[in-house]
Amino acid sequence: MISIVNAVIYILLAPIVGGLVAGIDRKVTARMQGRVGPPILQPFYDVGKLFEKETVVVTISQNFWVISYLVFMAVSGALFFSGGDFLLVIFAFTLSHIFLVLGAYASYSPYSHVGAERELIQIIAYEPMIILTAVGMYLVTQSFNISDIVASGIPIIEFLPGVFIGYLMVLTLKLRKSPFDLSTSHHAHQEIVKGVTTDFSGPNLAKIEIAHWYEYVVILGVVWLFFGFNPVIAVAAIIITYFLEILIDNTFARAKWQFTLKSAWLIAGALGLVNLATLYYLRGGVWL
Amino acid sequence: MAMTYLAKSPWILHYDASSCNGCDIEVLAALSPLYDVERFGIVNTGNPKHADVFLITGGINSQNVEIVKNLYEQIPNPKVVIAIGICAATGGVFRECYNVSGGIDTVIPVDVYVPGCAARPESIIDGVVTGLGILEKKKLSMNTAGNTAAKKVGDTV
Amino acid sequence: MNELLFLIGFPVIIAILMLFIRKEKLRNIIVILSAIAIGVTSLWLLVTCFNKNTILYPFPFEPASNIMYVIELLLAVFLLYLGIKYRKIITIALVLIQAGLLVFFETYLVHGMEPVNNLFVDQFSIIMALIIGIIGSLIVVYATGYMETYHTRHPEVKDRKNIFFFTLFVFLSAMFGLVFSNNLLWVFFFWEITTICSFILIGYSQSPEATNNAFLALAMNLLGGIAFMIAIIYIGIIDPSGKLLELNTLIMSGQVIALVPAVLICFAGITKAALMPFSSWLVGAMVAPTPVSALLHSSTMVKAGVYIIVRFSPVLAGSLEGFLIALLGGCTFLLASSIAISQSNAKKVLAYSTIANLGLIVACAGIGTYKLMWAAILLIIFHSIAKSLLFLCVGTVENRIGSRDIDDMSGLIVRMPKIAVMMFIGIAGMFLAPFGMLITKWAAIEAFIVAPLGLLFVAILAFGGSITVFFWAKWMGKIISVPQVMERVEDTVKKEKWAVLYILAGLTVVVCLIFPLISSILIEPFVFNIYGQTAQLAQANVTIMAMMLFLLMIMPFTMLFSRKDQKYVGPYMSGMTTSPKMQFTGAMGTVRDTTMGNYYLKDYFGEAKLFMLGTALCLGIIIFAAILTAGVVL
Repeated sequence: MISIVNAVIYILLAPIVGGLVAGIDRKVTARMQGRVGPPILQPFYDVGKLFEKETVVVTISQNFWVISYLVFMAVSGALFFSGGDFLLVIFAFTLSHIFLVLGAYASYSPYSHVGAERELIQIIAYEPMIILTAVGMYLVTQSFNISDIVASGIPIIEFLPGVFIGYLMVLTLKLRKSPFDLSTSHHAHQEIVKGVTTDFSGPNLAKIEIAHWYEYVVILGVVWLFFGFNPVIAVAAIIITYFLEILIDNTFARAKWQFTLKSAWLIAGALGLVNLATLYYLRGGVWL
Repeated sequence: MAMTYLAKSPWILHYDASSCNGCDIEVLAALSPLYDVERFGIVNTGNPKHADVFLITGGINSQNVEIVKNLYEQIPNPKVVIAIGICAATGGVFRECYNVSGGIDTVIPVDVYVPGCAARPESIIDGVVTGLGILEKKKLSMNTAGNTAAKKVGDTV
Repeated sequence: MNELLFLIGFPVIIAILMLFIRKEKLRNIIVILSAIAIGVTSLWLLVTCFNKNTILYPFPFEPASNIMYVIELLLAVFLLYLGIKYRKIITIALVLIQAGLLVFFETYLVHGMEPVNNLFVDQFSIIMALIIGIIGSLIVVYATGYMETYHTRHPEVKDRKNIFFFTLFVFLSAMFGLVFSNNLLWVFFFWEITTICSFILIGYSQSPEATNNAFLALAMNLLGGIAFMIAIIYIGIIDPSGKLLELNTLIMSGQVIALVPAVLICFAGITKAALMPFSSWLVGAMVAPTPVSALLHSSTMVKAGVYIIVRFSPVLAGSLEGFLIALLGGCTFLLASSIAISQSNAKKVLAYSTIANLGLIVACAGIGTYKLMWAAILLIIFHSIAKSLLFLCVGTVENRIGSRDIDDMSGLIVRMPKIAVMMFIGIAGMFLAPFGMLITKWAAIEAFIVAPLGLLFVAILAFGGSITVFFWAKWMGKIISVPQVMERVEDTVKKEKWAVLYILAGLTVVVCLIFPLISSILIEPFVFNIYGQTAQLAQANVTIMAMMLFLLMIMPFTMLFSRKDQKYVGPYMSGMTTSPKMQFTGAMGTVRDTTMGNYYLKDYFGEAKLFMLGTALCLGIIIFAAILTAGVVL
């Protein structure tokens, strides 16, 4: 059942929630590094400032790519929260990511070019795993619809522990945390400057940031799905998972793309598929 | 009552023109946990298109003339340029060298000069704070005067 | 019935005309008129027959079969002559074996056979007829413009355009015959005609490479033909009355009787669809002129291979052999997609993508649940449109810029804006939501998960689908990045090509929008007739996809609202000023060009390694299936 109300609430509130998550992220990171860190509302100040800058582009199409990225990111997230088909949500997200990649290609600096290639590698690294996550949820709840998965009340994590660990890898990739922040990163500039976002400035960069916030809410929402049978546990799980991500981010150095791709696929195959295959087998193997 | 976020989130681009690296080390020290400028929202981006504040150390020589101009152009308005150290201000101890043409202001307009050899982190932070005030003023004049005026203020290269 | 006979017979008449016409203008006019006639008739067929289920047409078995037998023998002699002339021993051997089997059948088994319903039409045939009639005709029209430029660019190739167009029209006729024939012997006849058409067209330029590839294609397709012939002989032995030669009867007779011929004919389908381990002929066929690649080797002939496998899907469903065939398709999908990452030649990328998608269709057909058959037919439709559009765009680009390498296509959005946009639409149609191919892959995942042992295929789709994202997206990126000042070269493209490209691009989008309609009118009744239940996408999802498509189409208009005082700066190159030609001053004051290539990941997705893996794997699967089938027979 698709809920339009949820979708609207998501579109209006997700940037705020996502921005707060980003702010808490920076604060905790700073504390881990022995610093005081910026205020929690800092991401909002950043975006506000970016909107105040003039728009400078390399080619006029960049405006189009960025606004499409933002719009489709919001649409995909709205689809997720309105209870739609999990697989369709995943494919809608892929569509929006392609817009960012194309925007990076359009601005033809070598840095954004390499950033775009790496972003594509990241996409193909996590996509199998996240599809397997959706399939796993289907195997447990017999439905691909988010609304059904949430309403089922089944402790999904009990049946999909391997898939969950594999999903943590997806989370690391999507949150652009070390060791998988190959294509762009919020931290100190990397060997390809800002990678995908190199040639975006001002309002365009602000829109990309807001799109990231939309995404944070969704990918943390997927963590909720694993633990949704008990909202308190779910919230705790989200907090612990995110804290874990920050810890990993601060502990590891950036990996090469070869390692990223190989490990993501291996984990997807080993943990994800084995988990699913076991479930499949235990449930009788043939689904009608 | 106009308000800007620029002072709350100034992103810097740090460039070493012909510096001996003394001032650069002090700039990077300012980013370290001891001084922790990130608590003011300052982030060291390596990308002019993302930056608001251009921190330059060192003087201008024939190799970096074009680069400094290029980087300055790529920074979107409003922006401030902060010349750190005496080499950036006037050419410093290298002023008489055959290849050094002087301080940064021979190429791009400078808003704040931070003296020192090497400039201390406290001075650098002080200079940045001054720069933020100038940044805010520029933004407000951008708003009131319209974009065409801002272009005159922002890029004269 | 008249429409069927017209569609089969009319192209033959035109073909013979083509042999004799030498004047360009006259030929072009006749081609365009014939194309319109064929297209309109296909549509007329749709209009008259869509709401009737399977219609069987009694058509006299003789003398048509006798004529076919004679033609087949003549063609065998023709091939033997060519095989001897070019010293292709394998081809000679295969031709002799196939001809021998045919003679054996015709001499000993065919007497007393009286199959009655030799022609038929049902929703699936209508879909195939529309693909052949509309897309096929469009490609033939495109070919008129393309071949002129081709010969200007390749003066060393002898001008045999009359034979070229003759073969194209014979091919169209054979394809129609294939999808309208209910008699397996006749299906085989048209099957062989398409093999020979492919052989002639691949070898059109008569260069050594083209000739070798033509013979490679011929050999592999003959291998399939031999399997087909064995199947027919088997049927002839177990049912001398010839009733089982009728396709619909054979399929309805159930797995026990039909499995062995089904597996053999599916093997023929596998060779024709260039699945692994037979994929090398399709890749090699890319030396042919682009209309050939578009028509035969992506949208039509290879679809005949999967068409016959989808036909036999109800027979294969639930059997181990069916599972093995599906596994073959799945492995092909995964491996061919992977190889495509490492290719920079645009036509090879398209070839491997075609092989991969055909593998996916076969994977759906081999498992054969009702949902999967629905998905397979949808895949056939969407793939034909998008792939032919892409091939024709690549052909046009190649004629203009002289290269088919993707790395040479950078800045295409400036050099050939309209073509670039259409190429963009074609590529988007292959892998992006909410376009057709992705939607069908989504439906396939949801269908596989409820099928026996489907998890394996879900995994293949998950990994394979992601892999396709990589090579399509980097191609798209190449088209839109404009690293230097470039001039527009588009305006010299011929009118006919524009018309065809516009229509195909429009079709890609329109079919996306109306596919629920196509599904409910044609596909769902067809699936329902066979399985008693049918699949469709939930209405809510269809609405969402329509919404996304709509959004996608209005988003480009946001570019019109950008402020006039937009400020431009150059790209970031570490502060180096770049000239418009993307040069910068390097060390020692030298001027360096900037070149940016795509990632090809050759160490991981290299053609040699993966091809060997695919060949070994799939050969193993085939041998296993062969042993199983032999076991059933004995």
